[in-house]
Amino acid sequence: MTRPELLRVEGITKAYPGVVANSDVTFSIGEGEIHALLGENGAGKSTMVKMIYGLVRPDSGAMTLRGSAYTPGKPAEARRLGVAMVFQHFSLFEALNVAENVALGMENPPPMRELAARIRAVSEEYGLPLDPSRMVGDLSAGERQRVEIIRCLLQDPKLLIMDEPTSVLTPQEVEILFKTLRQLSSEGTAILYISHKLEEIKTLCDEATILRRGKVVATCTPRERTAREMAELMVGQALKTPERRLGAKGEVALAVSDLSVDSPIPFGTSLKGISFTVAKGEVLGIAGVAGNGQDELLLALSGELKSSPDKVRILSQPVGDCGPVERRRAGLVAAPEDRYGHAAAPDMSLVENAFLTAGVRKGLTKSGFVDWAGTRKFAEEIIAAYDVRTPGPDVAARALSGGNLQKFLMGRELMQGASVIVINQPTWGVDAAAAAQIRQSILDRAGEGAAVVVISQDLDELLEVADSFAVLNGGRLTKPRPTDGLTMDEIGLMMGGAHGMEVAHHVSA
Amino acid sequence: MDIGGINPVILIATLMASAVPILMAALGETVVERAGVLNLGVEGMMVIGALGGFVVAVHTGSPVLGFIGGAVCGAALSLIFAALTQIFLANQVATGLALTLFGLGVSSLGGQGYNGIKPPPTGQLLPDFLADLPVVGPIVFGHDWMVYFSILMTAVLWWVLKSTRIGLIIRAVGESHEAAHALGYKVNRIRLMCIAFGGAMAGIGGAYVSLARVPQWVDGITAGAGWIALAIVVFASWKPWRVLIGAYLFGGITVLQLNLQVAGSGIPVEYLSMAPYLITILVLVIMSAGRRGKANGAPASLGQNFHASR
Repeated sequence: MTRPELLRVEGITKAYPGVVANSDVTFSIGEGEIHALLGENGAGKSTMVKMIYGLVRPDSGAMTLRGSAYTPGKPAEARRLGVAMVFQHFSLFEALNVAENVALGMENPPPMRELAARIRAVSEEYGLPLDPSRMVGDLSAGERQRVEIIRCLLQDPKLLIMDEPTSVLTPQEVEILFKTLRQLSSEGTAILYISHKLEEIKTLCDEATILRRGKVVATCTPRERTAREMAELMVGQALKTPERRLGAKGEVALAVSDLSVDSPIPFGTSLKGISFTVAKGEVLGIAGVAGNGQDELLLALSGELKSSPDKVRILSQPVGDCGPVERRRAGLVAAPEDRYGHAAAPDMSLVENAFLTAGVRKGLTKSGFVDWAGTRKFAEEIIAAYDVRTPGPDVAARALSGGNLQKFLMGRELMQGASVIVINQPTWGVDAAAAAQIRQSILDRAGEGAAVVVISQDLDELLEVADSFAVLNGGRLTKPRPTDGLTMDEIGLMMGGAHGMEVAHHVSA
Repeated sequence: MDIGGINPVILIATLMASAVPILMAALGETVVERAGVLNLGVEGMMVIGALGGFVVAVHTGSPVLGFIGGAVCGAALSLIFAALTQIFLANQVATGLALTLFGLGVSSLGGQGYNGIKPPPTGQLLPDFLADLPVVGPIVFGHDWMVYFSILMTAVLWWVLKSTRIGLIIRAVGESHEAAHALGYKVNRIRLMCIAFGGAMAGIGGAYVSLARVPQWVDGITAGAGWIALAIVVFASWKPWRVLIGAYLFGGITVLQLNLQVAGSGIPVEYLSMAPYLITILVLVIMSAGRRGKANGAPASLGQNFHASR
């Protein structure tokens, strides 16, 4: 079926100092079409949609919206012309309520009471229940996304841009979202859908434009292609699936029993009675929607949050009251999710950052002084082993792209020869090829006898690397189960707020 | 009518006037901090406003023009802070402290030759027959117009911050500058305007000290009022009406302890002098204690500079 053309992007080029984000990009979207923009991180997807939304101006090229020239100077103009956007990292204000958040994204919001009524009406129409008077800080990730979507829908957009919308949702929430998007599409709203999750694109999208290094490398109809074909178009090379080297499971290396700690983070989730064990050579995958205690669990394991000694044991040595340095000495390394500021000191060089966590285990101090030669050597080893693209080890961590810094930080923790490794979001923001490499090295380390805990929101990733699988939900951890034989439905139920008995209850009902 | 040599009617009437400088400065700072900017230069802006207002009033003979002059001087000084922090992304704490030192120094220099001059009086707003009524006269009707203006400003700011779109945008910018930027709001421009507003309010507050409270020019005339205004903003949880309570409490205890000194109470003068600071902070701490929810907390982006680099 052919649709009347809504938006046409022609020959768009945008360069930043040092990088060409988009070069000569051309594609078009029909009315009511769900169009995927596919590409690795750094392929220029985000820059492209920012130009369509008026946040960034293209250097050259032209856009036409319904036949007339379209040059939005600012988002307000884009919104007026019917282009709305749901952001990858939510553009919400935690201390304001839902209605206020919605009002901020509108040009001429009606009075608050009327707006609240309209929010209720729209949220019911699209099956996205939402209470306008609730504080956004108290909402779950899925509910927050609803706020963003409703903010867009209230303005009757002709084109809705969605930047990686499903990365924080449970499988069931994804279902609801897709239903909403299909409904919108059938009502004539075009959707520009950005993602690198290929299965989703196959089930949802009508057309796809694939970007690589800022250029359009292919357009295709996702339903007619396999996910693997599209992935290879994205990466430009054949993909390797990580392979598992089966090592014998050893003794328990990390044991956590009945760990409860209060969250130090505002709007955080306190941990409630967490118990699990990880054996040598085992990878435990911990899933869960963001904000269910992942950050707190990492803090409690790394030693930034202390508990009583017996709650956390490394190689049966009680370390619950030890700080990060002592735990590293005992054999546990941890990689937090937030790269700029938590995992790395952004303004320090890679060499200095390498020292910061590896100093203890790699013995990089000599009678109280930093062994710079040894540290530099270690940093260079990481850069070589993990293919970190950087001019050298002396550049500031901030100067690296997110994916490259992530590779460096993963390498830094994985190459310390620790017996317990805890990682939060190992491949967040990393392109497909590098993600496969990081997963492979996680498996390799496990094969060499390390106990690994991987906290992630990417279920496919967990199913690929983990031997056992548990879900964090509201600060509680489900009982770990073997990954083999788990179905997506079961996982969804585990994530949807169910625990032990409740799961059984749901299943039997 | 007098209690221990102190007339409560006079006391209340005086405290309302004596709280005006702090109230004005703290209201201005409330807006600035709600927009996510921490300007520690309140004291400097007040003292510049005190001098500017005094000079203008003396030369024109009009206290109204004097207050406008004070506002302009305070705003002008705050724009230095705005330029440094919003355009050149300087550290807000250091810049604010420097602003206070700069304001004190400049006012001391510019105030040479104005010592001992009397400014034109700031008039009573309402006719005498109202002000002469017993009890309500002095408390409700007997003030100069700045007292009413400061209360009006409290109400206006409360309404603006709570119910208007401008207020919502200001709060949004202070809450998450990145999100506000993503939605297309000009974060730095909004902050710049809030800083200028805060400067003008502090300037008016300062001018009230030199034109109505003291009224003459002496070096360092504001005597730390800017600092107490800063503290009041924090302990009042960034809410205008609580700022008013804090300012009146401080003003009240200041007046009370002066009266106690005059009445010759047995408490040593040193303790009386420190009482306003101590009690105000204590009461406000108690008021803001136990509320740990984000709704009553500090603006999340407070003190962080924003640059739209990505």
